[in-house]
Amino acid sequence: MVDDLYQETILDHSKRPRNHHGMEDANRRADGYNPLCGDRLKLYLKVENDIVQDASFEGAGCAISTASASLMTESLKGKTRQEALQLIDKFHNLLTTETPASRDLGKLVVFCGVRDYPARVKCATLAWHTLKSALNGTGEVTSTE
Amino acid sequence: MSMAPSVVSAGFDVEKIREDFPVLKQTIHGKPLVYLDSAATAQKPFAVIEAIRKFHEVDCANIHRGVHELSQRSTAAYEETRVKAKRFLNARSKNEIVFVRGATEGINLVASTWGRKNVKEGDEIVISALEHHSNIVPWQMLCEEKSAKLRVIPMNDRGELILEEYEKLLGPRTRMVAFGHVSNALGTVNPARQIIEMAHRAGALALVDGAQAAPHMKIDVQALDADFYTFSGHKVFGPTGIGVLYGRTKLLLAMPPYQGGGDMIRTVTFEKTTYNDVPYKFEAGTPNIAGGIGLGAALDYVTHLGLDRIAAYEHELLAYGTEALSQIPGLRMIGTARDKAAVLSFVIDGIHPHDIGTVLDRMGIAVRTGHHCAQPVMDWFHIPATTRASLAFYNTRAELDALAEGLRRVKEVFG
Repeated sequence: MVDDLYQETILDHSKRPRNHHGMEDANRRADGYNPLCGDRLKLYLKVENDIVQDASFEGAGCAISTASASLMTESLKGKTRQEALQLIDKFHNLLTTETPASRDLGKLVVFCGVRDYPARVKCATLAWHTLKSALNGTGEVTSTE
Repeated sequence: MSMAPSVVSAGFDVEKIREDFPVLKQTIHGKPLVYLDSAATAQKPFAVIEAIRKFHEVDCANIHRGVHELSQRSTAAYEETRVKAKRFLNARSKNEIVFVRGATEGINLVASTWGRKNVKEGDEIVISALEHHSNIVPWQMLCEEKSAKLRVIPMNDRGELILEEYEKLLGPRTRMVAFGHVSNALGTVNPARQIIEMAHRAGALALVDGAQAAPHMKIDVQALDADFYTFSGHKVFGPTGIGVLYGRTKLLLAMPPYQGGGDMIRTVTFEKTTYNDVPYKFEAGTPNIAGGIGLGAALDYVTHLGLDRIAAYEHELLAYGTEALSQIPGLRMIGTARDKAAVLSFVIDGIHPHDIGTVLDRMGIAVRTGHHCAQPVMDWFHIPATTRASLAFYNTRAELDALAEGLRRVKEVFG
């Protein structure tokens, strides 16, 4: 019934989010806020030699936003800043366009179902908006609005 | 869980009433629509749809000052709604009925006309912890402009206002007490008459936001002794974009106009304009004529059903729904006031309201999830959002069973 949206991987990551903790030695952070549902998210990155060495997040949201943050932090590790920025665009395209999913997305393709639930797109993109501001170092609270 | 229908609501033929609402006869994602979002907007009966259609198809013209037949028909139909609204609220005169876009504009009108004229530096406006943003922000804006102070009546953990604390907030600087008759987020019915009486004793005026009360109970502004009372047409089964502000005549007379333009004037020269009588001086420009006519049909519809019978039926329905939801493990009702109307607001451990809303939608069940434009209420309960099922007289016990069943399914998916 809602299996197209809540795929097994999404449910798994929403119930047992990976990298769900703070990070004392993070050198990039950003806060994200979705005023629509009140979800807040703190993102931590450790970037060394232009490579994301570690990524984690704190905050509780809906299944979609939690799983998105969890899978995002997993997929970031080892990526260059440029690759991470490209991944943001690819993820955004997955959610908003009919173009075939980029192979670079890996496990993140499980979010393709979100496209059919327009009210939920912002849930899936909250972590990614926050990532953009962490990478760009603006450090302000990033809103989905 | 089965309760025998009481004597009061006996003969309330909900299946027959549902026939009047075309929207309800559809399937959503292959399931019969279960519409539990009437606190956001109520569905419209044929009578309302037909009145609006007839206006556009047969009587359409601008109102007031037209000598031709169509204009006279339109004017008569539009002004007839003012008389219906007067009866609906038991106002003393139809001239105490100002047409606005909705309750939000009603409150803004009072804040920006009466408020700008009467609120001075150091004065105080009292609102409550239960308010919708529409009854917070206009007063905040006024207070900021005037260096006045906004004070808030606190609530207890059932979501009831604490009147002893309210008493302490009242003082010689209190100019206005503005509060919702029924809370949209929790369903709490406030003791309006008592709150108003206390405001008056302190020498303050009282404005009641009746957006969530008007669809569910008989309103009597004289019995309440309200100075202002406002409600939205679309929540009483009428169209969007039309609402009513009741104001006591002597207050309306003393208030400056709201917006300038046509219809609100008596004479205009480049040197000076004199204003029209109340309520017209608050109604600049061509109004929402179709909306006004539709609202008239809606008020006729609910009046014909009988607000006392509606209230009795919904009271039983709410009790039934509360009981049905209480059977679901991990579900916590938010808002458990002893006097409640038409709202089941709740959270379920570990499951976000948006996920609940999405799964229910796929089962054809429409609920609202989020902060319900009452973020301070959510903050008070330390939750970001709730799931809210809100009722109207066209809802049935079977629909509440469907909701409970849907929530069991939600728990399977996310449990």
